[in-house]
Amino acid sequence: MSQVNPSERRPRWAAFIIAAGLAVLAAVILRDAAGLKQDGGYAGVGPADVPRLIAYGLLVLAVLTAVAGLKGNLPHPPRQAPAPVLWIMGGLVGQLALLHVAGFMISGAILFGMTARGFGQKPLWRNLLVGFALAFVIYGVFDRLLKLNLPGGPLEMLIFRG
Amino acid sequence: MESFSLLMQGLSTAMDPVILLYALIGVTLGTAVGVLPGIGPALTVALLLPVTYGLDPAGSLIMFAGIYYGGMYGGSTTSILLNTPGESASIVTAIEGNQMARQGRGGPALATAAIGSFVAGLIATLLLAFLAPQVVKLALTLGPREYFALMVLAFVTVSATFGDSALRGLTSLFIGLALACVGIDGLTGAARLTYGVPQLMDGIETTTLAVALFAIGEALAVAALMDPPDGMHRVKGSVKMTREDWRRSWKAWLRGTFIGFPIGSMPAGGADVASFLSYAAERKLTKHPEEFGHGAIEGVAGPEAANNAAAAGTLVPLLTLGLPTTATAAIMLAGFQQFGLQPGPLLFVMNAELVWGLIASLLIANVMLVVLNLPLIGLWIKLLSIPRPWLYGGILLFATLGTIGVNPSPVELGMLILFGVMGYGMRLYGYPVAPVVVGLILGPMAEQQLRRALAIAQGDWWTLVSTPVSATLLGISALFLVVPILMRLRGRGAVLSQVAGDAD
Repeated sequence: MSQVNPSERRPRWAAFIIAAGLAVLAAVILRDAAGLKQDGGYAGVGPADVPRLIAYGLLVLAVLTAVAGLKGNLPHPPRQAPAPVLWIMGGLVGQLALLHVAGFMISGAILFGMTARGFGQKPLWRNLLVGFALAFVIYGVFDRLLKLNLPGGPLEMLIFRG
Repeated sequence: MESFSLLMQGLSTAMDPVILLYALIGVTLGTAVGVLPGIGPALTVALLLPVTYGLDPAGSLIMFAGIYYGGMYGGSTTSILLNTPGESASIVTAIEGNQMARQGRGGPALATAAIGSFVAGLIATLLLAFLAPQVVKLALTLGPREYFALMVLAFVTVSATFGDSALRGLTSLFIGLALACVGIDGLTGAARLTYGVPQLMDGIETTTLAVALFAIGEALAVAALMDPPDGMHRVKGSVKMTREDWRRSWKAWLRGTFIGFPIGSMPAGGADVASFLSYAAERKLTKHPEEFGHGAIEGVAGPEAANNAAAAGTLVPLLTLGLPTTATAAIMLAGFQQFGLQPGPLLFVMNAELVWGLIASLLIANVMLVVLNLPLIGLWIKLLSIPRPWLYGGILLFATLGTIGVNPSPVELGMLILFGVMGYGMRLYGYPVAPVVVGLILGPMAEQQLRRALAIAQGDWWTLVSTPVSATLLGISALFLVVPILMRLRGRGAVLSQVAGDAD
C-alpha cells in the first residue's frame, strides 16, 4: 500500500465499523443513564448527566468518523501477518483458561512460549521451557518474597509446598 | 529560601539507605526500559503499580519518578544506535544521533545526550523545587471551576492539538472518558454501567487499561509487522567528546532545558513536544546548517536536554495541582492514589516530608543516571541483544503478572485481553492510545469539579466562565482545539503530526 493509491479516495469500510462501534458505545451509555435516579441536588447535574454528555460527544465523533470514511480519510494500516496475532491471542486466552487449573507457572510458560512463537522463535518446546524458567523465577520472587498472591496449581504445591 | 531549607530536609530523607536503594532500582529499571524498544516509562510504572502495593509509599513513588527520569536517559541510546527510538520523546534524537552513529561518532552522540540529560535534569529539578511552592500558593486560590477549566485544557492538548488528526485524538479521549463512567459515582454513590458485575463497581483499573493498551496492543502490532528491523551501529572509538563538541553542545543543553521545562510544566503536550521544539530551535540557530540531517551534534544535545527538562516539568502540575499532563504522569497519579495520597496543594502541607524527599531524590537519581549511562553504556547495549521473541514473551508475562497479582479473576484478565485487542486496532488505524489513559484517570476528577462548580453556582452554567482565570483557560483550550484543525485544513499539519507521541 503506497501513498499514491487510487483506493485512497474510496470509502473506507473500517471507518464505518469504527463509527458504528462508537455509536453502539454511546447507545449503551444512554441506555444506562436512562435507568439512573436523577438527583442533581444544587448542581442540577446528577450522576446521569455527564455520561450523557460523553455519549452525545461519541455520537458526534461517530458521524464525523463516518464522513471521514466516505472521503477515504483514514490511514491505511501496513500489511499485517495474521499468524503472529493468532499465536499471541492463543497464548493470552490459554493463560486465562488454565490459570486457576494449572497455576501461574504453567499458564505463564504457555503465554511466553506462544508469544515467542508468534514472533518467529522456534521450536515451541524450547520457548515453553524458557517461559517456564522465567515464570518459576517470577513466582519465587513475587509470590514468596514480595507476598503478591499468585494462583498456585499442582506444580507450585509440589515445588514451594503451597 | 524557604524552598532551600525544605529541599535540604528532603535531602536528608533521600539519603536514607533504603530510599537510595529504591531510587537506584528505579533509575536502573528506567534506563533499561528506555533502552528496550516496545516498553516505555508509562508501561513500566503501570506494571510496577500492583507489585509495590505492599511496599513503602515514599520509596515506591521515588522509584516511579526514577523510572520516568531513567526512561528519558535510556531512550537516546536506541535512537542513536538503532534508529528506533526507545520511547516517543527520543524520536527527534534519532534524526541526528543515528547519522552521527553511521559516521562512527556514536560515542560522542551518546555522551552529549547523557551529559545534556544530566544538566537539564539538574536545572529542571531545582526549578521544580523553587517553583512548586509558588504554584501551591496559587493553587490554593483556585476553585472547582478553575480546576475544571485546567482539566479541559489538559484534555485538549493531550488529544487534539498534536498528532495527525484531531478527530482520531478526540475519539481516543472520549473512549477513555466513556470507560471512566464505569463504576460508582463519586458524589452520589450511583452505580453506572456496572451491570451487577462486582469487579466493575470500582471502575476500570488504570493499570489494566494502560498495560493492555501499551503492552499487549504494542506486542500484537509489532508481531504482525512484516518489515525486518534496522541493524545496529556499533560504537566505534571512545565516548569522549572533543573540545569542539563541548563548545557546540553546552548552549544547546541550556536552550533545551529552558524550552523543555516550561513546556513540561504547562498542560501542553509533554516531552515529545519539547524535544521537537528544541530541535527546531537548534536548526534555526546553528552556525553549521549544512550539518543538519547529516549528524549535527546540537540536534542531539538540545532535544535530549529538552525531554529531561520536560519530564521534571510535568511533575509541577502533577504534584501541585494533581493534574497529569502525560500518560506517565497519569499513571504516577494512580500510584499516589494507590497509597491514599492525593497530589495537589494539600500534599505539600500534609505530606511535606514525602514531597520534598521525592524532589531531593530526583537530584540524587540524576547523578546515579549519569554514572549508569556513561561508563556503563556497554552494558545497556548488551541488553539490545536479547532476542525479540523472548523480550516480548517476557513483556507479556509481566503484563499479565500485574493484573493477576491484584485480582486473579477471569473478568479482569478478560478485560486485559479485550483492551489489548482494542489497542492493536487503534494502532492499525492511527488512533493515539495516550488520550484513552488520560481520559480514564482525569475524567472522574473533571466530572467532580464540574458538578461541584455547578452546585456552588446553583446550576448556573455561566459560572464556568465567570472568573478571568477560568475564562482564559477555557479560551486557550478552544484555541488549542481550533487552530490545529485550521492548520491541518490548510495543509500545514505535517508539523503537528511530527510532534505526535504516544508512549510517554
